[in-house]
Amino acid sequence: MTLREFPSQPRALIAGILSAWGSVFFIVLAGTYIGLGALAHNFGFSPWWFALSTVIIWAAPAQVVLVSTLNAAGASLLEAAIAVTLSAVRLFPMVVALLPLLRKRARSVRDLLLPTHFTSISMWVESLRLLPGIDHKFRIAFCNGLSVGYMSTAVGFGFVGFFLAARLPPLLAGALLFLTPMSFLTSTARNCRQFIDVLAFIFGIVLGPLLAWYQVELDLMWSGVIGGLAAYAINRVREAVV
Amino acid sequence: MISAQAWPYVALLLVGFLPNEVWRYLALIMAHSLDEDSELVVLARTIATALITGVVAKLVVFSGGELAGFPFALRLGAAAGGFIAFAVFRRSVFAGVAAGEAMLIVGGLFFRS
Repeated sequence: MTLREFPSQPRALIAGILSAWGSVFFIVLAGTYIGLGALAHNFGFSPWWFALSTVIIWAAPAQVVLVSTLNAAGASLLEAAIAVTLSAVRLFPMVVALLPLLRKRARSVRDLLLPTHFTSISMWVESLRLLPGIDHKFRIAFCNGLSVGYMSTAVGFGFVGFFLAARLPPLLAGALLFLTPMSFLTSTARNCRQFIDVLAFIFGIVLGPLLAWYQVELDLMWSGVIGGLAAYAINRVREAVV
Repeated sequence: MISAQAWPYVALLLVGFLPNEVWRYLALIMAHSLDEDSELVVLARTIATALITGVVAKLVVFSGGELAGFPFALRLGAAAGGFIAFAVFRRSVFAGVAAGEAMLIVGGLFFRS
């Protein structure tokens, strides 16, 4: 199989951007970030703060956690930081899996800094699918292009969601706030491939509101840690029995 | 002291950016490959999954803003209905979100306070 080449590095970057805008993740990101922009509005953040968070965090789950825990209601900063970092551990294996596709032609670690920051689910899935068919020389540029395409989509639709939430009548503004839970619920369920993931999914749904109801401190952290460990333990027992 | 305007941005860096970004660069530094099915990775995934569904369930149960005007039973019903649609339509996220939103809006026309 011949690998795809480009006339120049900038052309590879542009091809990446166009590929991002034409992929299914364009719609996914648009919907997700309209919802998140509305959520940021609801919790009293400025649209610029939210746009900056998209650029420097670039992980929708961490942004949901941050926006919903960092509000005025006295939630501790430590709680928000722990919840954010727990939501972000998954980035570690993603970067580990992505790097071998890029490393061959990287002149130094510096070339990998940007793709490392850009690693998120949309870019990762598309990179793993498309990069193997692209010449090594152009992979980093193409990969950065993909990410620029996705990130600009997210930032743009974040503003759209923010301003819609401020201007729509209450019925539709409420519906807009419902986008984030509904889309995260289904997209997380989609990623549940094994029994252990389904358990964690259910435990989280039950524990999150329950611990918040009883006003347990660090409720989000505990719903993650207890729910995750319980799912892991039950799965271990099940594997031992079966 | 940090001014009131700068505070959200400082918090964004310290509590949002750093705890998130650390995992990406840790992976870059620890360049050796890590098996995607290693026990530690599996555990990290289940914790993240339970955390995310926990946050999401909290957003439905303890809604804020305009969503709080929709009755609790309606929010729960629309989320459940959307999820059923997701399962029925071959795990389509779009179908789930569209169905959940439609139920919420139609229900909201009648039962919103």
